[in-house]
Amino acid sequence: MSDSPIALEHHDPNLQHHFVNAEQQRQASSLGMWLFLATELMFFGGMFCAYLIYRYSYPVEFGVGSRTLNLPLGAANTAVLICSSLTVALAIRATQMAKRTLAVVLLLLTMVFGLTFLVIKGFEWKEKYEKHHIPGASFQLSAEDMKGVNVDPQNMQDFQQRTQTFYSLYFAMTGLHALHMIIGVGLFLYLTYATWKGRYTPEYYTPLENGGLYWHFVDIVWIYLFPLLYLIDRNLQK
Amino acid sequence: MSSQNSEHSDHVLPSGLYWGIWFTLIVLTLVTAWVANIDLGRLNTVVALVIATGKAIVVVLFFMHVKYTSEKLTKVVVFSAIFFLLILLALSMADYATRLMS
Repeated sequence: MSDSPIALEHHDPNLQHHFVNAEQQRQASSLGMWLFLATELMFFGGMFCAYLIYRYSYPVEFGVGSRTLNLPLGAANTAVLICSSLTVALAIRATQMAKRTLAVVLLLLTMVFGLTFLVIKGFEWKEKYEKHHIPGASFQLSAEDMKGVNVDPQNMQDFQQRTQTFYSLYFAMTGLHALHMIIGVGLFLYLTYATWKGRYTPEYYTPLENGGLYWHFVDIVWIYLFPLLYLIDRNLQK
Repeated sequence: MSSQNSEHSDHVLPSGLYWGIWFTLIVLTLVTAWVANIDLGRLNTVVALVIATGKAIVVVLFFMHVKYTSEKLTKVVVFSAIFFLLILLALSMADYATRLMS
Protein backbone atom coordinates (compact mmCIF):
# COMPACT_ATOMS: atom_id res chain seq x y z
CA MET A 1 0.00 0.00 0.00
CA SER A 2 1.29 3.41 -0.90
CA ASP A 3 1.30 6.14 1.72
CA SER A 4 1.49 8.88 -0.85
CA PRO A 5 -1.71 10.95 -0.95
CA ILE A 6 -1.02 11.76 -4.60
CA ALA A 7 -1.03 8.12 -5.60
CA LEU A 8 -4.27 7.56 -3.72
CA GLU A 9 -5.91 10.49 -5.37
CA HIS A 10 -5.43 8.99 -8.82
CA HIS A 11 -6.31 5.49 -7.85
CA ASP A 12 -9.42 4.16 -9.55
CA PRO A 13 -10.80 1.50 -7.14
CA ASN A 14 -12.04 -0.59 -10.09
CA LEU A 15 -8.70 -0.62 -11.91
CA GLN A 16 -6.40 -3.55 -11.14
CA HIS A 17 -2.78 -2.47 -10.84
CA HIS A 18 -1.55 -4.72 -13.67
CA PHE A 19 -3.60 -2.90 -16.30
CA VAL A 20 -2.54 0.33 -17.97
CA ASN A 21 -6.01 1.84 -17.93
CA ALA A 22 -9.69 1.03 -17.53
CA GLU A 23 -10.20 0.47 -21.25
CA GLN A 24 -7.43 -2.13 -21.44
CA GLN A 25 -8.88 -3.87 -18.40
CA ARG A 26 -12.34 -3.90 -19.92
CA GLN A 27 -11.06 -5.34 -23.21
CA ALA A 28 -9.10 -8.08 -21.46
CA SER A 29 -12.12 -9.02 -19.38
CA SER A 30 -14.42 -9.03 -22.39
CA LEU A 31 -12.04 -11.18 -24.41
CA GLY A 32 -11.87 -13.68 -21.54
CA MET A 33 -15.66 -13.86 -21.49
CA TRP A 34 -15.83 -14.48 -25.23
CA LEU A 35 -13.24 -17.26 -24.93
CA PHE A 36 -15.35 -18.83 -22.19
CA LEU A 37 -18.41 -18.63 -24.45
CA ALA A 38 -16.37 -20.32 -27.21
CA THR A 39 -15.75 -23.29 -24.86
CA GLU A 40 -19.45 -23.27 -23.97
CA LEU A 41 -20.30 -23.46 -27.66
CA MET A 42 -18.15 -26.58 -27.98
CA PHE A 43 -19.74 -27.97 -24.79
CA PHE A 44 -23.23 -27.67 -26.27
CA GLY A 45 -21.77 -28.53 -29.68
CA GLY A 46 -21.06 -32.08 -28.58
CA MET A 47 -24.75 -32.52 -27.81
CA PHE A 48 -25.83 -30.90 -31.05
CA CYS A 49 -23.48 -33.30 -32.84
CA ALA A 50 -25.05 -36.31 -31.09
CA TYR A 51 -28.46 -34.91 -32.02
CA LEU A 52 -27.43 -34.53 -35.66
CA ILE A 53 -26.11 -38.08 -35.93
CA TYR A 54 -29.20 -39.68 -34.34
CA ARG A 55 -31.65 -37.52 -36.21
CA TYR A 56 -29.89 -38.52 -39.43
CA SER A 57 -30.15 -42.18 -38.39
CA TYR A 58 -33.74 -42.13 -37.00
CA PRO A 59 -35.63 -39.38 -38.86
CA VAL A 60 -39.12 -40.89 -38.40
CA GLU A 61 -38.63 -41.61 -34.72
CA PHE A 62 -37.41 -38.04 -34.13
CA GLY A 63 -40.52 -36.73 -35.87
CA VAL A 64 -42.78 -38.80 -33.62
CA GLY A 65 -40.95 -37.63 -30.51
CA SER A 66 -40.93 -34.00 -31.61
CA ARG A 67 -44.68 -33.93 -32.30
CA THR A 68 -45.44 -35.06 -28.75
CA LEU A 69 -43.75 -31.94 -27.38
CA ASN A 70 -45.93 -29.02 -26.36
CA LEU A 71 -45.45 -26.51 -29.19
CA PRO A 72 -47.38 -23.56 -27.61
CA LEU A 73 -45.35 -23.85 -24.40
CA GLY A 74 -42.09 -24.17 -26.33
CA ALA A 75 -42.89 -21.12 -28.46
CA ALA A 76 -43.99 -19.18 -25.36
CA ASN A 77 -40.67 -20.03 -23.68
CA THR A 78 -38.80 -18.79 -26.75
CA ALA A 79 -40.66 -15.48 -26.46
CA VAL A 80 -39.96 -15.31 -22.72
CA LEU A 81 -36.22 -15.71 -23.32
CA ILE A 82 -36.25 -13.07 -26.07
CA CYS A 83 -37.95 -10.68 -23.64
CA SER A 84 -35.31 -11.45 -21.00
CA SER A 85 -32.54 -10.72 -23.52
CA LEU A 86 -34.18 -7.37 -24.25
CA THR A 87 -34.33 -6.44 -20.55
CA VAL A 88 -30.65 -7.38 -20.12
CA ALA A 89 -29.64 -5.18 -23.06
CA LEU A 90 -31.78 -2.32 -21.73
CA ALA A 91 -30.38 -2.76 -18.19
CA ILE A 92 -26.82 -2.37 -19.51
CA ARG A 93 -27.94 0.67 -21.49
CA ALA A 94 -29.52 2.15 -18.33
CA THR A 95 -26.22 1.61 -16.48
CA GLN A 96 -24.32 3.28 -19.33
CA MET A 97 -26.60 6.28 -18.78
CA ALA A 98 -26.24 6.14 -14.97
CA LYS A 99 -29.94 5.33 -14.46
CA ARG A 100 -29.48 3.02 -11.51
CA THR A 101 -33.12 2.50 -10.49
CA LEU A 102 -34.15 1.68 -14.06
CA ALA A 103 -31.25 -0.77 -14.33
CA VAL A 104 -32.30 -2.56 -11.13
CA VAL A 105 -35.91 -2.83 -12.30
CA LEU A 106 -34.81 -4.23 -15.68
CA LEU A 107 -32.47 -6.74 -14.02
CA LEU A 108 -35.27 -7.88 -11.70
CA LEU A 109 -37.49 -8.30 -14.77
CA THR A 110 -34.75 -10.39 -16.39
CA MET A 111 -34.77 -12.76 -13.43
CA VAL A 112 -38.58 -12.92 -13.47
CA PHE A 113 -38.43 -13.91 -17.16
CA GLY A 114 -35.68 -16.44 -16.41
CA LEU A 115 -37.71 -18.04 -13.62
CA THR A 116 -40.84 -17.99 -15.81
CA PHE A 117 -38.90 -19.96 -18.40
CA LEU A 118 -37.87 -22.54 -15.79
CA VAL A 119 -41.42 -22.88 -14.44
CA ILE A 120 -42.86 -23.43 -17.94
CA LYS A 121 -40.05 -25.94 -18.61
CA GLY A 122 -40.99 -27.71 -15.37
CA PHE A 123 -44.62 -28.04 -16.51
CA GLU A 124 -43.44 -29.46 -19.82
CA TRP A 125 -41.28 -32.06 -18.08
CA LYS A 126 -44.19 -32.94 -15.78
CA GLU A 127 -46.35 -33.52 -18.84
CA LYS A 128 -43.66 -35.82 -20.28
CA TYR A 129 -43.59 -37.72 -17.01
CA GLU A 130 -47.36 -38.17 -16.96
CA LYS A 131 -47.46 -39.34 -20.57
CA HIS A 132 -44.72 -41.95 -20.00
CA HIS A 133 -42.34 -40.16 -22.35
CA ILE A 134 -39.32 -40.38 -20.08
CA PRO A 135 -36.83 -42.97 -21.37
CA GLY A 136 -36.76 -46.06 -19.22
CA ALA A 137 -38.79 -49.09 -18.17
CA SER A 138 -42.18 -47.30 -18.20
CA PHE A 139 -41.67 -45.57 -21.56
CA GLN A 140 -44.76 -45.87 -23.73
CA LEU A 141 -45.97 -44.26 -26.94
CA SER A 142 -49.75 -43.98 -27.22
CA ALA A 143 -51.76 -44.36 -30.44
CA GLU A 144 -52.18 -40.60 -30.53
CA ASP A 145 -48.40 -40.11 -30.35
CA MET A 146 -48.02 -42.35 -33.38
CA LYS A 147 -50.54 -40.39 -35.49
CA GLY A 148 -49.43 -40.12 -39.11
CA VAL A 149 -46.86 -42.89 -38.82
CA ASN A 150 -47.43 -46.53 -39.69
CA VAL A 151 -45.21 -49.04 -37.97
CA ASP A 152 -45.55 -52.80 -38.28
CA PRO A 153 -46.69 -54.05 -34.82
CA GLN A 154 -43.83 -56.55 -35.02
CA ASN A 155 -41.30 -53.71 -35.15
CA MET A 156 -43.05 -51.57 -32.55
CA GLN A 157 -40.69 -52.58 -29.76
CA ASP A 158 -37.62 -51.50 -31.76
CA PHE A 159 -39.36 -48.34 -32.89
CA GLN A 160 -40.10 -47.35 -29.30
CA GLN A 161 -36.52 -48.12 -28.36
CA ARG A 162 -35.19 -45.76 -31.04
CA THR A 163 -37.73 -43.06 -30.19
CA GLN A 164 -36.34 -43.03 -26.65
CA THR A 165 -33.09 -41.74 -28.16
CA PHE A 166 -34.96 -38.57 -29.09
CA TYR A 167 -36.29 -38.16 -25.57
CA SER A 168 -32.87 -38.84 -24.06
CA LEU A 169 -31.42 -36.05 -26.17
CA TYR A 170 -34.42 -33.83 -25.41
CA PHE A 171 -33.94 -34.18 -21.66
CA ALA A 172 -30.14 -33.91 -21.83
CA MET A 173 -30.18 -30.79 -24.00
CA THR A 174 -33.05 -28.96 -22.31
CA GLY A 175 -31.66 -30.08 -18.95
CA LEU A 176 -28.21 -28.68 -19.65
CA HIS A 177 -29.83 -25.52 -20.95
CA ALA A 178 -32.02 -25.24 -17.84
CA LEU A 179 -28.92 -25.68 -15.67
CA HIS A 180 -27.37 -22.73 -17.51
CA MET A 181 -30.54 -20.74 -16.87
CA ILE A 182 -30.37 -21.52 -13.14
CA ILE A 183 -26.71 -20.42 -13.05
CA GLY A 184 -27.70 -17.32 -15.03
CA VAL A 185 -30.41 -16.37 -12.53
CA GLY A 186 -27.85 -16.85 -9.74
CA LEU A 187 -25.38 -14.58 -11.54
CA PHE A 188 -28.04 -11.95 -12.05
CA LEU A 189 -29.04 -12.13 -8.41
CA TYR A 190 -25.54 -10.90 -7.60
CA LEU A 191 -25.41 -8.40 -10.49
CA THR A 192 -28.76 -6.91 -9.42
CA TYR A 193 -27.53 -6.55 -5.84
CA ALA A 194 -24.29 -4.92 -6.99
CA THR A 195 -26.18 -2.57 -9.31
CA TRP A 196 -28.56 -1.66 -6.50
CA LYS A 197 -25.54 -0.94 -4.30
CA GLY A 198 -24.32 1.45 -6.99
CA ARG A 199 -21.13 -0.45 -7.81
CA TYR A 200 -21.56 -0.03 -11.55
CA THR A 201 -21.13 3.32 -13.22
CA PRO A 202 -20.98 4.49 -16.84
CA GLU A 203 -17.18 4.18 -16.46
CA TYR A 204 -17.19 0.68 -14.99
CA TYR A 205 -19.86 -1.95 -15.60
CA THR A 206 -17.78 -4.83 -17.00
CA PRO A 207 -19.33 -7.56 -14.78
CA LEU A 208 -22.79 -6.53 -15.95
CA GLU A 209 -21.63 -6.56 -19.57
CA ASN A 210 -20.11 -10.05 -19.23
CA GLY A 211 -23.16 -11.36 -17.38
CA GLY A 212 -25.24 -10.03 -20.26
CA LEU A 213 -23.02 -11.87 -22.78
CA TYR A 214 -23.61 -15.12 -20.88
CA TRP A 215 -27.36 -14.55 -20.79
CA HIS A 216 -27.55 -13.83 -24.52
CA PHE A 217 -25.49 -16.94 -25.25
CA VAL A 218 -27.93 -19.12 -23.31
CA ASP A 219 -30.73 -17.44 -25.26
CA ILE A 220 -29.01 -18.34 -28.55
CA VAL A 221 -28.73 -22.00 -27.49
CA TRP A 222 -32.50 -22.03 -26.96
CA ILE A 223 -33.07 -20.30 -30.31
CA TYR A 224 -31.54 -23.44 -31.88
CA LEU A 225 -33.07 -25.96 -29.47
CA PHE A 226 -36.59 -24.75 -30.18
CA PRO A 227 -36.76 -25.60 -33.92
CA LEU A 228 -34.53 -28.67 -33.59
CA LEU A 229 -36.58 -30.28 -30.82
CA TYR A 230 -40.12 -28.93 -31.31
CA LEU A 231 -40.52 -28.42 -35.05
CA ILE A 232 -39.63 -31.73 -36.71
CA ASP A 233 -42.20 -32.80 -39.33
CA ARG A 234 -45.00 -30.85 -37.62
CA ASN A 235 -47.07 -30.92 -40.83
CA LEU A 236 -47.61 -34.70 -40.46
CA GLN A 237 -49.73 -34.04 -37.40
CA LYS A 238 -52.77 -32.93 -39.39
CA MET B 1 -13.55 9.22 -11.32
CA SER B 2 -11.87 7.67 -14.32
CA SER B 3 -10.04 9.96 -16.66
CA GLN B 4 -10.17 7.53 -19.59
CA ASN B 5 -13.71 8.40 -20.58
CA SER B 6 -12.72 9.56 -24.02
CA GLU B 7 -11.09 6.20 -24.74
CA HIS B 8 -14.20 4.25 -23.91
CA SER B 9 -15.20 2.49 -27.11
CA ASP B 10 -18.82 1.81 -26.16
CA HIS B 11 -21.39 4.28 -27.20
CA VAL B 12 -24.93 4.11 -25.88
CA LEU B 13 -27.25 2.67 -28.49
CA PRO B 14 -30.79 4.06 -28.82
CA SER B 15 -33.39 2.02 -26.95
CA GLY B 16 -35.50 1.94 -30.10
CA LEU B 17 -32.86 -0.28 -31.69
CA TYR B 18 -33.17 -2.84 -28.89
CA TRP B 19 -36.96 -2.82 -29.16
CA GLY B 20 -36.66 -3.26 -32.92
CA ILE B 21 -34.43 -6.29 -32.41
CA TRP B 22 -36.87 -7.68 -29.85
CA PHE B 23 -39.75 -7.23 -32.31
CA THR B 24 -37.77 -8.92 -35.10
CA LEU B 25 -36.98 -11.90 -32.88
CA ILE B 26 -40.60 -12.32 -31.76
CA VAL B 27 -41.85 -12.13 -35.37
CA LEU B 28 -39.25 -14.69 -36.52
CA THR B 29 -40.31 -17.02 -33.68
CA LEU B 30 -43.93 -16.83 -34.83
CA VAL B 31 -42.88 -17.33 -38.46
CA THR B 32 -40.79 -20.41 -37.68
CA ALA B 33 -43.62 -21.97 -35.61
CA TRP B 34 -46.13 -21.23 -38.37
CA VAL B 35 -44.00 -22.39 -41.31
CA ALA B 36 -43.35 -25.73 -39.58
CA ASN B 37 -47.00 -26.65 -40.18
CA ILE B 38 -46.64 -26.32 -43.94
CA ASP B 39 -45.33 -29.32 -45.81
CA LEU B 40 -42.09 -28.28 -47.53
CA GLY B 41 -40.55 -31.73 -47.42
CA ARG B 42 -36.90 -31.63 -46.51
CA LEU B 43 -36.90 -27.85 -46.78
CA ASN B 44 -38.78 -27.59 -43.46
CA THR B 45 -35.59 -28.28 -41.54
CA VAL B 46 -33.55 -25.96 -43.75
CA VAL B 47 -36.03 -23.09 -43.30
CA ALA B 48 -36.15 -23.66 -39.51
CA LEU B 49 -32.35 -23.56 -39.28
CA VAL B 50 -32.04 -20.51 -41.54
CA ILE B 51 -34.51 -18.61 -39.35
CA ALA B 52 -32.73 -19.76 -36.16
CA THR B 53 -29.39 -18.64 -37.59
CA GLY B 54 -30.88 -15.30 -38.57
CA LYS B 55 -32.11 -14.83 -34.99
CA ALA B 56 -28.75 -15.87 -33.55
CA ILE B 57 -26.88 -13.43 -35.82
CA VAL B 58 -29.16 -10.57 -34.76
CA VAL B 59 -28.61 -11.39 -31.07
CA VAL B 60 -24.81 -11.59 -31.47
CA LEU B 61 -24.53 -8.39 -33.53
CA PHE B 62 -26.87 -6.13 -31.56
CA PHE B 63 -27.61 -7.53 -28.10
CA MET B 64 -24.01 -8.72 -27.68
CA HIS B 65 -22.67 -5.57 -29.36
CA VAL B 66 -20.33 -7.42 -31.73
CA LYS B 67 -21.33 -5.05 -34.53
CA TYR B 68 -20.17 -2.06 -32.48
CA THR B 69 -17.06 -3.40 -30.80
CA SER B 70 -13.74 -1.95 -31.87
CA GLU B 71 -11.98 -5.09 -30.65
CA LYS B 72 -10.94 -7.24 -33.58
CA LEU B 73 -9.98 -10.05 -31.20
CA THR B 74 -13.62 -10.45 -30.12
CA LYS B 75 -14.60 -11.01 -33.73
CA VAL B 76 -11.74 -13.48 -34.20
CA VAL B 77 -12.97 -15.49 -31.19
CA VAL B 78 -16.58 -15.47 -32.46
CA PHE B 79 -15.58 -16.64 -35.93
CA SER B 80 -13.17 -19.31 -34.70
CA ALA B 81 -15.74 -20.66 -32.22
CA ILE B 82 -18.28 -21.07 -35.03
CA PHE B 83 -15.60 -22.49 -37.31
CA PHE B 84 -14.58 -25.18 -34.82
CA LEU B 85 -18.21 -26.08 -34.16
CA LEU B 86 -18.73 -26.54 -37.90
CA ILE B 87 -15.61 -28.74 -38.09
CA LEU B 88 -17.05 -30.90 -35.32
CA LEU B 89 -20.43 -31.22 -37.04
CA ALA B 90 -19.20 -31.51 -40.63
CA LEU B 91 -16.48 -34.08 -40.07
CA SER B 92 -18.68 -36.19 -37.78
CA MET B 93 -21.41 -36.23 -40.41
CA ALA B 94 -18.91 -36.90 -43.19
CA ASP B 95 -18.14 -40.08 -41.29
CA TYR B 96 -21.70 -41.16 -40.41
CA ALA B 97 -23.22 -40.20 -43.75
CA THR B 98 -20.74 -42.34 -45.70
CA ARG B 99 -20.96 -45.45 -43.52
CA LEU B 100 -22.74 -48.55 -44.73
CA MET B 101 -25.16 -49.30 -41.93
CA SER B 102 -27.32 -52.37 -41.87
